[in-house]
Amino acid sequence: MSNATKKTATEARAELKTVKQTPGASKPDAILVVDNVVRDFGGNRAVDVDHLEVQRGVITALIGPNGAGKTTFFNLITGFDQPSSAKKMFGGPSADKAAKWSFNGKLLGNTAAASVAKSGMVRTFQLTKALSRLTVMQNMLLGAKDQRGESFLAAFVKPLWAAQEKANIAKAEDLLKRFKLYEKKEDLAGSLSGGQKKLLEMARALMSDPVMIMLDEPMAGVNPALTQSLLGHIQSLRDEGTTVLFVEHDMHMVRHISDWVVVMAEGRVVAEGPADTVMSDQAVIDAYLGAHHDTDLGDDALLEEGAMDAPKKEKK
Amino acid sequence: MDMWIKVLYDMSANMILPTTAAFAIAAIGLNVHFGFTGLLNMGQAGFMLIGAYGFSVATIAGLPFWAATLVTIAAGTIFALLLGIPTLKLRGDYLAIVTIAAAEIVRMIGRASVLNSVTGGSNGLPGETYRNTFSALSPFPDGKTAFLWFDFDNTGVNGWFIRIVAWSLVVIFAVLVWLLMRSPWGRVIKGIREDEDAVRSLGKNVFAFKMQALIIGGVLGAIGGMFYVLPTSVQPDALGRNMTFLIWTAMLLGGAATIWGPVLGSALFFALRIFIQGTVDILIPDAILNTQQTEQFSWIMVGVALMLLVIFRPQGILGDKKELNFNV
Repeated sequence: MSNATKKTATEARAELKTVKQTPGASKPDAILVVDNVVRDFGGNRAVDVDHLEVQRGVITALIGPNGAGKTTFFNLITGFDQPSSAKKMFGGPSADKAAKWSFNGKLLGNTAAASVAKSGMVRTFQLTKALSRLTVMQNMLLGAKDQRGESFLAAFVKPLWAAQEKANIAKAEDLLKRFKLYEKKEDLAGSLSGGQKKLLEMARALMSDPVMIMLDEPMAGVNPALTQSLLGHIQSLRDEGTTVLFVEHDMHMVRHISDWVVVMAEGRVVAEGPADTVMSDQAVIDAYLGAHHDTDLGDDALLEEGAMDAPKKEKK
Repeated sequence: MDMWIKVLYDMSANMILPTTAAFAIAAIGLNVHFGFTGLLNMGQAGFMLIGAYGFSVATIAGLPFWAATLVTIAAGTIFALLLGIPTLKLRGDYLAIVTIAAAEIVRMIGRASVLNSVTGGSNGLPGETYRNTFSALSPFPDGKTAFLWFDFDNTGVNGWFIRIVAWSLVVIFAVLVWLLMRSPWGRVIKGIREDEDAVRSLGKNVFAFKMQALIIGGVLGAIGGMFYVLPTSVQPDALGRNMTFLIWTAMLLGGAATIWGPVLGSALFFALRIFIQGTVDILIPDAILNTQQTEQFSWIMVGVALMLLVIFRPQGILGDKKELNFNV
C-alpha cells in the first residue's frame, strides 16, 4: 500500500513539471482552488488573491515577507475569518467577482471553521494552541473525528463509545511515538516546551486523518535539530498521501522540502514555481530584499540626493 | 459552654438545610458553566428565579407536581437559549455582562406590580400556595423523627422529606456531571475552556457544545431555584445579585472544575458563616456589636473570604494546584 501511495506522490510531483510558472497557474490535479479572495482591514488590503490552485499530494509552501498576508489568507480559507469580497445577501460583489473557493470538489465559501476541518482541511496555528490544562493524550483524542461519545446523550453511557475510544487511544499512542512525545502522554500539555507543543499540535491535527494539512509557520521558534525532524515529518506526510500547505517566511527552510512554492507579497500572489527557480525570480527578490538590495547602504555617497537612482544609471 | 454547643448545632443544621442542597445544585450548574466550559455566568440567580417562578406559577395554575417540574426544566432551557444565541459567538466577557443583566431583568419583571396576580409582585408567592403537590408525594407517616441530634417533622415545610429529596438530587446531579466529564463530550467542553479556536480547528461545532453546557448548567440552576423556594417562599429579591455571588463563593471555595467542589463548598459556606456569626456573637460584647450587627459582620466576612480565596487558594479546597500553574 505504501508503495502505491508513494508512487502517486511522485506522480503528483512529476505532474508539476508541466505547470507554467506564473502566478495563478492551473494545476493538473488541484485539491484547493481559490478565486477572488479579498480581505480589507479598514483601508488596508491585507489579502487580494485573484486565483490560486494547490496541487494534490505535494508539499506547497506559501512564503512571503512579514505582513504579506499569508496567515490572513490561511484564516480566510479555513473559515476563521470572512473575506470582504464574500457574497452578501444585499449588495456585495457580483457573482463572478465574489470570493469562491473549493476544496476537494466542495465549495467552501461562508463555511464555519469546524465544518472546514470536518471536510478534511485541518490547520495548525502560528502561535501554538496546545490545550494547557488537558493532558497530552486528551489533546490528541480531541483531534479524532466522528466520536460517538461527543454527542450529549451518548456521553452518559460508556459502552456506547468505549470501543471507539480505545481505538483512538491506540492511534494516538502510535502518533505520539512517531513525534517522540509518548513519554509525555500523561503530562499536562501546558508543561511542554514550545517546540514540543508544535509537535503536539501537528500530531493532534493528524488524528483526524486530514486530506490536506495546513501548517502555519511550523518551524517558528523551533531549534535547528527539531526543525530537521519536523521537516522529516512533513515529508513523510506527503509520502503517505496527505497534501501539505505550509506558511513560512524563511525561504531557506522551504527550499529542501517543498515541491512547489507560492510567493505572496502585499496580499498578492507574486510568483509561483519550484523552489530553486522561484527564488531567482525578480519579483520575489524585490519582495524580499527590496528593489535596491544591491546597493551598499554603508556608502556615504547614498546620503546625497538622488544617489539611490544613480547605480541603475551607471549599469545602463 | 452552652453557647458554643448551640453554635455547633446551628452549623450542622445549616449544612443539611434543604436550601443548602438547593444552593449546591445551583453551584453544580455554575460549575458546569465556569469550571468546565469556561462560560462566565454572572446570573445564576436568574436561572434559579426562573425555575422558582416556573414551578410555583405552574403549580398555582393547577398543574400536578411532575408537570410543574417539567415547566421548571423548560423555563431553564428557554432562558439559556435566549441568553446563548446572541452571546455565545462572542468573547466570554460578553456572556458575563448579558447574564448579569438578564438575571436582573427577570427579577424586575417578577416584582413588577403589573404582574401581581401571577408572580405576587414584590411580595412574592407564599410557600403554602404551591408546596402541597410536593408534600403529598411523601411516603413518610405524620409525626417527627429524631436522627443524631436533629429532630424534624417527617414531611412538614422543613422536614426530613424535602431534605432527603434535595440531597439525593445533589448526589445524582454530581454523578451525572462526573459521567459527562469523563466522556469525550466532557473533553471537548474542557478543550473549549482552554482554547475555542483550537477546538474549532479540530472540527468541533464549538457553538453547539457551549449551548449544551449553558443549558445543562441553567437547568440545574432552575431546579436549584425550585428547591430553594419549596421550603420557603418565592421572593424575587432573595434571588438577586447577592445570590449569584454567594454561589460563586461557594463554588470557588470547594474548587471549580472538580465534581464535589461545589457541594462541599456550599455546605462549608453556610457552616462557616454561622461559625463566624456565632463566635463573634459570643466573644464580642453587645455594646460593640449586637446580634443583628454580627450577622451583617458575618456577611462582610464572606466578601473578604472570597477575595482571600481567589488570591491565595484559587483552586479551592478540592482543586488541583497543578492545573492552575499553566493558566495564562
